Amino acid sequence: MNSEMSDANPTAPASADQLLEQAEKGHSLWQDSWHRLAKNRLAVASGVILILIVLCCLAGFFMDHTTQDLELGATKPSRDHWMGTDVLGRDVFARVLYGGRISLAVGLLATLVAMCIGVVYGTVSGFYGGKIDAVMMRFVDILYTIPFIIFVILLMVFFGRNIWLIFIAIGAVEWLTMARIVRGQVLSIKKEEFVEAARALGLPQTRIIFRHMIPNVIGPVIVYATLTVPAVMIFEAVLSFLGLGVQAPATSWGVLINEGASAIEEYPWLLIFPGIAMSLTLFCLNFLGDGLRDALDVRRSKD
Amino acid sequence: MPLLSVQNLRTAFHTRNGIVRAVDGVSFDIDKGQTLGIVGESGSGKSVTCYSLLGLIPQPPGRIEGGKALFGGQDLLAMSEKQLRTVRGKRVSMIFQDPMTSLNPFMRIQDQITEPLLIHEGIDKQTATRRAIQALEEVGVPDASRRIRQYPHEFSGGMRQRVMIAMALITKPELLIADEPTTALDVTVQAQVLELIKEMQRKHGTAVILISHDLGVVAGFVDHVNVMYAGRVVESGPTREVYYHSKHPYNEALQRSIPALQTKGQELYTIPGAPPDLARLGEGCAFAPRCAYVQDACRSGELALKGVAAKHETACRRVQDGEIQLSEVSNQ
Repeated sequence: MNSEMSDANPTAPASADQLLEQAEKGHSLWQDSWHRLAKNRLAVASGVILILIVLCCLAGFFMDHTTQDLELGATKPSRDHWMGTDVLGRDVFARVLYGGRISLAVGLLATLVAMCIGVVYGTVSGFYGGKIDAVMMRFVDILYTIPFIIFVILLMVFFGRNIWLIFIAIGAVEWLTMARIVRGQVLSIKKEEFVEAARALGLPQTRIIFRHMIPNVIGPVIVYATLTVPAVMIFEAVLSFLGLGVQAPATSWGVLINEGASAIEEYPWLLIFPGIAMSLTLFCLNFLGDGLRDALDVRRSKD
Repeated sequence: MPLLSVQNLRTAFHTRNGIVRAVDGVSFDIDKGQTLGIVGESGSGKSVTCYSLLGLIPQPPGRIEGGKALFGGQDLLAMSEKQLRTVRGKRVSMIFQDPMTSLNPFMRIQDQITEPLLIHEGIDKQTATRRAIQALEEVGVPDASRRIRQYPHEFSGGMRQRVMIAMALITKPELLIADEPTTALDVTVQAQVLELIKEMQRKHGTAVILISHDLGVVAGFVDHVNVMYAGRVVESGPTREVYYHSKHPYNEALQRSIPALQTKGQELYTIPGAPPDLARLGEGCAFAPRCAYVQDACRSGELALKGVAAKHETACRRVQDGEIQLSEVSNQ
């Protein structure tokens, strides 16, 4: 339509300017992706549930998760204590909400750290190739061989026990796999003609890396990131179990599940509620990640 | 002074199987606004020649071992990567074979087509977009101001090649290198794309190097043809001359291999043997093992291009000496 109109009246500068304005506004890649994501019901539902979980956890600030009531002891869920109480008489609901804050924060932050390091490292390694690639990847291999637990214990010994250190420690380990995945993707994308074309246009290498390569690897990165979040949460639980993670009276979902698992026969609710909270979060993350991958892949859009 | 003067260009790839001399002493000149065709079969060094000029050869394993490429008085081969970047996409542009893969699938046409402008001319985004829309209209993309916001997958093959052409010409380069620009397109679109390149050339006075293995594509398009075989130019001359009065047995054999519409029931002619392994080239003429006119003397000694008619050069020793007369092709 528009072209016909402008053909019929080629000397109309106003309409040309209007068209231009439209063209400039357009939609960004992110806006487009957002529209596609909004069409994916499962992903949207997952997103909403995740937001609710986060809000609830934040609301947990106003609840008391440490007060003990030894006389009360472990009780089943009731009107006063929605999720029951543990052996020390602490309210499980409050503890689940509090634990969620720690678990989510560790999971998301560590994954973010891993993603940033891994994507840049992997892209640079794959893009430059040759000797640079060999050296960078051998460095990753060496880091892989260091047992994670020892690495964390060393960090704790040198810097003291600190929740932020857990983020860094887990992020520092998780980026290795991310770097490998990204490098593999970059190696195959590097061979594509559009990279050659970008070079033939005289683009500087940093621009080729950040504008042409990284957007093309975002799909696998998002998927792997959503798989990393649960892995990190479980890691955190392991660390806490060893006494290296969060310390009582603070808690996390991992710790709660651990405690609950040991008392499953007498007090099953100690396991069930934190378990539901964690599984629900992980499910939602996976669905959301799946939806994000589809939404970010411009080729998948039908319109 | 010619726009680009390539002198004795030699590019080799150091592989596990030995040194592959992909381009071995290629020289040619191209004037402002001229069209030069480079034809030859796969692996004859057509593309490597042009990639070498812009420093796009992967190094290692590739290496430019000698020669000069004087472009406006400057030697492209002696330039640093940084200097080359100011030439690429600004003064010399390139169009690639497969338009389906030479656009970034994750970027809008708008962002890709304005990139050379933003980088080389330092103009603001709005002006760049305006020029991009103009450029797209110029290459015949309908509804350009809407289409420019779309992604490459929303374009057909021919349209994408139009976008590539617009992108290559948006900075008004002096030289356009088209590396088999029509190979991946179907025949009707091929003609349109060639016509478009020709039109743009006339309009902007751009010199064009057209690389192709399709003799038909080259015939209707270029002023001057270089025929390459095994990394060397074996025949060079004005298009009509090269087609109708071939001066090299390889070229003659190629012309004979073109299936003619009129003759029926005859077996198609093929050149015996296979292209040589460039890592194991012997002395003398590389075409000798497959040549119908071969003599023992062809298998040794150095070969050089030598003029045998006006502007028409051949590397064949026997034609140079006037010993053989090659058959003249009479099909249109």
